[in-house]
Amino acid sequence: MAEETRTTSAPAGERPAGEQRPGYRGPRPAGGPGGPREGGRKYFRRKKVCKFCVEKIEAINYKDVRLLSQFVAESGKIVPRRLTGVCTPHQRRLSTAIKQARNIALLPFAGRPS
Amino acid sequence: MNRTYELMFIVRPDMVEEELDKLISTLESQVASSGGTVKSVERMGKRRLAYTVRRFQDGMYVLLTAEGSGALIHELERRLRVTEPVIKFLTVRVDEEQKRLDKIKQIREARKKKAPPTPAETGGETGGETAAVTA
Repeated sequence: MAEETRTTSAPAGERPAGEQRPGYRGPRPAGGPGGPREGGRKYFRRKKVCKFCVEKIEAINYKDVRLLSQFVAESGKIVPRRLTGVCTPHQRRLSTAIKQARNIALLPFAGRPS
Repeated sequence: MNRTYELMFIVRPDMVEEELDKLISTLESQVASSGGTVKSVERMGKRRLAYTVRRFQDGMYVLLTAEGSGALIHELERRLRVTEPVIKFLTVRVDEEQKRLDKIKQIREARKKKAPPTPAETGGETGGETAAVTA
């Protein structure tokens, strides 16, 4: 997914940066603005980055409710990777931690309509 | 074979402090008699439960970190299950995860040592990369 977004957005998205600095194809800074769109596609999707990779959070613990609740929807469901941009290894750890937290009543199970 | 486990359990909110002390001390003595060691006991206090457990809306959380074999944990879990005021418990093995974290930390420190403090260091890895490309 990440590669795909980069290749498709590169012709439209990286062009302004390319004019200033020829040959610049480095990763976009984390959390930066989307950048201006001139022509081409009408909407622009900012490339999502994995929060855990950017902030270098390695420990995903079931006790850290504040961290985990960012990746849990209102209904209690785990938010999918395609919406949050978390990378696969971290999503795996995240989902394990959320499930453990649910087990000890720190987080709700999915299914409560609210 | 010594492993580190985190044993988190919830006791009913109306439990008296002394009874909780007694429960914890029995668990500690159980750990000691089974050839393990208690690393820490942390009372996390009263917390709202995310869902009702046995008609309780809140519970007192206790976190016990212990080192020992699987048989020890088996016995502790059996004990918690038959202890009436304990409404929920969870055991998690933490040593493997801790090993992984230590390894990552070590690698990061080694990398930091290898690269002497440069202006790009504050920018992190991505900053360093872009600087290399533009130079």
